[in-house]
Amino acid sequence: MNPAFSVIFLTTLIGVGQGMFLAMFTGQSYSAVELLSTQISPVFYATGSLIALAFLIAGLVASFFHLGRPERAWRSASQWRTSWLSREVIVLPVLMAFIFLYSVMHFFAWDMLLFSVQSGARLYLSLVVGIIGMMMTFALFVCTGMIYAGIKFLQEWASPLTVVNYILLGTASGFTLSTAFASISAPDLMRFYGIWTLIITAFALISRVISLFRNSRIKAKSTIQTAIGVRHSKIEQKSMGFMGGAATTRDFFHHRTLLFLKNIKWIFLILTFPLPMILLWVGMVNTSTSLLLLAFIVQYLGLLAERWFFFAQANHPQNLYYQTV
Amino acid sequence: MTQLALVIDLNVCVGCHACVTSCKEWNTSGSAGFLTDENPYDRDPTGTFFNRVQTFEVGEYPHTETVHFPKSCLHCEDPPCVPVCPTGASYKREEDGIVLVDYDKCIGCRYCSWACPYGMREIDETQKVMKKCTLCVDRIYDETLPESERKPACVLACPTSARLFGDVHDSESVVSIAIREEGGYALMPEWGTKPANHYLPRRKNRKYIHEDELVRADNPLKKEQRGPSAPVDEPTLDDSTSW
Repeated sequence: MNPAFSVIFLTTLIGVGQGMFLAMFTGQSYSAVELLSTQISPVFYATGSLIALAFLIAGLVASFFHLGRPERAWRSASQWRTSWLSREVIVLPVLMAFIFLYSVMHFFAWDMLLFSVQSGARLYLSLVVGIIGMMMTFALFVCTGMIYAGIKFLQEWASPLTVVNYILLGTASGFTLSTAFASISAPDLMRFYGIWTLIITAFALISRVISLFRNSRIKAKSTIQTAIGVRHSKIEQKSMGFMGGAATTRDFFHHRTLLFLKNIKWIFLILTFPLPMILLWVGMVNTSTSLLLLAFIVQYLGLLAERWFFFAQANHPQNLYYQTV
Repeated sequence: MTQLALVIDLNVCVGCHACVTSCKEWNTSGSAGFLTDENPYDRDPTGTFFNRVQTFEVGEYPHTETVHFPKSCLHCEDPPCVPVCPTGASYKREEDGIVLVDYDKCIGCRYCSWACPYGMREIDETQKVMKKCTLCVDRIYDETLPESERKPACVLACPTSARLFGDVHDSESVVSIAIREEGGYALMPEWGTKPANHYLPRRKNRKYIHEDELVRADNPLKKEQRGPSAPVDEPTLDDSTSW
């Protein structure tokens, strides 16, 4: 596939937003059951979720650049019964609404105690909104992942690992940003987020490497023989029927060398995983916001490369028909 | 249920691109609007086509075979491009099984082109909507045309009649008979898309004549050995008799 930057930005930006919201929600859940000793200002959650919302909006804006007819985008909510893309289009604004509500409730302290137990755990209304938001966040991850994992003949994508990677990579980047954010506005939480970031990033590394390993040994089900239905071991295309290129040659070929692809793979593996982990660790030890922010920026650049590679690696069976001019 | 489709005989196709040009001509001037051509007389000409003819070489010299392979939407019975469409612009008609795009609903997100394993969908870079073969739906039902012309433009244009058109669910139709009797097959059967369009394979017609067939073994009088009498120079009975 030829990676489209609008989609690369869409998936990485909403990943950060979703991860950051999950981080805010995790913080509040921990303090609700008194696992976090420090008192956290509601403004921290309010601002954190607003930042998450900003990333989601940025992702939504990026997605419009992918559309040929953005003015008709509203129509894309209609086929939720069959299309994961349509489901994503519905879940994204719903999630944005809940994050906004979550942020506003914290900011204006519109909250009420619903339930408490002797040991000290308290359930606030804002946490209920957070739980719904958390479920929406995962629903959005699943929708995004399934858009790709649901195309069965794109064998590099058609795997549960695709969904797992979207969840882990998005959450990791959101937690990295949350760590940097916490170092500014809630320093007591920095280590809490930092340690979680390291754990999630490590899991993301494992699952991404497993998927790389899986993809490296895929045996393509479609061959030139099944594509044109001629049973002969030696078939060579002599002409694709046109000389100037078409949508089918522009959208499905990245026109890069294997070496370039290999380089991108190593670049994203280093930028997304070990480098931000080291920066995060050093930043936490020295309580340096700039290092933590650098960790996020490095990881985000790594994710852009990761997503580029994700698209470029997928080998569409239609390419069998376009092997020579 | 009707399922209209094409059957393309690779044994007959000579790769002349007449189907490509007639398809382009009909569909660029049809009611659904034009098919874009960018830089048609310049460097890197490109554009939207519903139909392409590709050429493959099978085998190793000197035992090679050139296969011209016309390629357009296969109107799958289980089209993977339809359920993924977020707007419902892409749909399969109940009444005749034609897979169509509603150009007024399409948002040009290209997801259907990702979901087509055959690469039969092309985005129109001017109108920014997805386009594909309509099986000339605006022609095959047009009652102002004589009935013999109510066929897709590519079928009418083919000089070698390599393209057959009909209902593959009707077992007596010309396409069903061709598929049944001449080894019609579908492309990429491994994905379960059940393409309605079928292809007929290349086939060789060889006659193997045994010696026995030239000389009759059961011919006790050996009459065959005597040839017809040679023409005579003098007048015959036929010349002199008035009947």
